[in-house]
Amino acid sequence: MLNIALPKGRLGEKAYELMARAGYECPAILEPNRKLTFENPEKGVRYFWVKPSDVPIYVERGAADAGIAGKDILLEYEPEVYELLDLKMGVCRMCVAGPADFRDDGDRTLRVATKFPHIAKTHYGAQGRDITIIKLNGSIEIAPLLGLSDVIVDIVETGKTLLENGLAPLETVVPISARLIANTASCKFQYDAIRTMCERLGELL
Amino acid sequence: MTAPVQSPEQAGRVLRALYAGYGYQPFRVQKFERYELYSEFRRFLATEKVLTFTNTDGRLMAMKPDVTLSIVQTPQPEGLRKVFYHENVYREQRPGEGFREIPQTGLECIGALDGYAVGEVVMLAAKSLAAIRDSWVLDVSHLGVVMGVLDEEDLTEEKRAAALAAVAAKNVPALRQLGLGGAAKALAGLTALYGPLSETLGQAEALPLPGRSREALGELRALAEQIALYDLPNVHLDFSVVNDVAYYDDIVFRGFVEGAPSAVLSGGRYDKLLQRMGKTGGALGFAVYLDRLEDARAPRPACDGDLLVCYAAAEDIPLAVQTAEAARARGETVRVQAQPPKTLRYRRVLRVQKGAVTEC
Repeated sequence: MLNIALPKGRLGEKAYELMARAGYECPAILEPNRKLTFENPEKGVRYFWVKPSDVPIYVERGAADAGIAGKDILLEYEPEVYELLDLKMGVCRMCVAGPADFRDDGDRTLRVATKFPHIAKTHYGAQGRDITIIKLNGSIEIAPLLGLSDVIVDIVETGKTLLENGLAPLETVVPISARLIANTASCKFQYDAIRTMCERLGELL
Repeated sequence: MTAPVQSPEQAGRVLRALYAGYGYQPFRVQKFERYELYSEFRRFLATEKVLTFTNTDGRLMAMKPDVTLSIVQTPQPEGLRKVFYHENVYREQRPGEGFREIPQTGLECIGALDGYAVGEVVMLAAKSLAAIRDSWVLDVSHLGVVMGVLDEEDLTEEKRAAALAAVAAKNVPALRQLGLGGAAKALAGLTALYGPLSETLGQAEALPLPGRSREALGELRALAEQIALYDLPNVHLDFSVVNDVAYYDDIVFRGFVEGAPSAVLSGGRYDKLLQRMGKTGGALGFAVYLDRLEDARAPRPACDGDLLVCYAAAEDIPLAVQTAEAARARGETVRVQAQPPKTLRYRRVLRVQKGAVTEC
């Protein structure tokens, strides 16, 4: 039986659809109820919904053998997991964004608001740019509008929210998409099951 | 079938007996080390954070985050040195968790290393896992295979590091996106291989690989032949085992036992560390992270003990003692006291009152 952590929300639902097409369906998951785990012993899978940023934690610590996580979460937390497949869904970009006419004159510390402090630090660290991180948990776009930060580092899907708030993507940090990840120990003791799942999903991509 | 080892302490005892049985000598390192040792060889450590304090003479000292460095820095006698240790190390396991005391057992084989010595250390790594659990896997690789492929391309340090990280995560899509030229295909081929050492090595040997990689495969073949002398079926080939290439460039390995969510054993050949310390010869060793066995322990027992005997008054104590001793003689664990403890659970509870014993 493979335990699979799915991220709550649209991405998780799309990921489940893909899993079902690959032969790992579990109809109970579509029933409207408050259950958190869903099992199909015939297909050898048990799914559970968790907060997207918690998926790598469940997988790294072995509570889930595999899971679906965004590349943004993987880059931010750097969990010790295998990253087996790019599922090519939930495609977006991690961007530096700010006022469209923003000019970084390099004369002062850059104030960066973000939900992803590690990604932001790594990005600016590689450029040798001195920054101060302002860690926020949501509504990041508002930070430069109110003067809390100079720029933000955040996920940009269409850029519409930025545009409506007078902001623009200034620089792409890294492209993002959903990944199939697996626990390192599970890949030893459930090798055949995980490899078969990978192959079946790969054929659909 | 071996009984599963239940606690890190028990595992430590079993492993020390195993290493002593193969002629390894116990080695006791001092609790504190000069901080410079770790600042100089920082990349050899699994962690960057070191717990430091100022000694009475003003020197900056560290609670050791690693044992290997302490052993390697001591004078090397001629020939081959085989030692094992059981020590506590102090480090942060995961970012933000703070420092923890971690029990670690391991061995080092330093000096005039030959093929037999290499095989023996890898064999002992496998036997360490087998001594802890029936279900185990030791993944073995040789960094020369992957490095040989990367050497064929003119890559920046940054790109090489990214390629190694992708190999370690079995991340084939990332390998393809890195712009590694012909290396991407070869690395993807190597990363996809996984299985029993000898058989999977045959598949690797069939891949078109450069000379350095072939040499490394030759060394793995010699290792596989020696491992075949022992009954160790779960030694696997896995090129995703990648230790820090600043110190490791040869045989590397990592061990798993069922129930523990991450590797409980890690090791490899680190001749480069010896060279940086101005010493000659080779060095190979591994550590077993005993704290990680906590995750693989059997489920918690449903009760704290077999029997609780509660007495009502002082005159009931002789009968309570008699009842408890009789149960202990049957092999039960028994606790005796006046009032039942609120937070503990017992399979049976007996109450002794006015010369009578009643079950509650």
